[in-house]
Amino acid sequence: MISIQYFARLRELAGKGQETLDREQMTVQELLDWAEETYPGFGKDDIQVAVNEEYALPEDVIHSGDECAFIPPVSGG
Amino acid sequence: MKPFEVVEAPIDAQVYSNYVLHAGAGAVTLFTGHVREWTHGVRTVYLAYEAYVPMAEKKLAEIGAEMEAKWPGVKVAIAHRIGELHISDIAVVIAVSSPHRKAAYEANEYAIERIKEVVPIWKKEIWEDGEEWLGAQKKYPDKGVDSV
Repeated sequence: MISIQYFARLRELAGKGQETLDREQMTVQELLDWAEETYPGFGKDDIQVAVNEEYALPEDVIHSGDECAFIPPVSGG
Repeated sequence: MKPFEVVEAPIDAQVYSNYVLHAGAGAVTLFTGHVREWTHGVRTVYLAYEAYVPMAEKKLAEIGAEMEAKWPGVKVAIAHRIGELHISDIAVVIAVSSPHRKAAYEANEYAIERIKEVVPIWKKEIWEDGEEWLGAQKKYPDKGVDSV
């Protein structure tokens, strides 16, 4: 089970702040592809993924138990 | 307070300034970023900020560590507020002390630039006739997004 969090525009698009995905492992790119398919308009090309609170690369592998978050372009300050 | 934190309550900048001040400090720079009413001719009613709080606090602390590495002797505290913020409210405070003023100025500016690059915090502008999350889309295509 992989946990996923959504923020800002993506939270509104998904209609939820978090959910779990029943997978043993997948790559970051596979997670992005899944999100784009599940939530049309997700905009995966501009979104980073954090795995356990650290920015991950598309080829990084996510394992069951990891906490993932989709990070759209930040706008703090 | 924590030296690197995301808060929901109004920010008292003096608390962070006091935190970084010590006997070896000859300068303290205190930056406060505020909610601006007019941005490129569009009137903001209020801003709504949200954060991935644990990661945001971790990234703020990392920025602090980067600053200490680049400007030895600086002491840093950074806080960002989330929730609903109104005109002139403080959204972010950066306090930097150093033995001499140059490092305090330079390190402070570095911090706000890095916050805008890596810290998972998002701002939604609410206008009289609509609203939009900043970052992904650009309301001001010719100017880019320039918030503080």
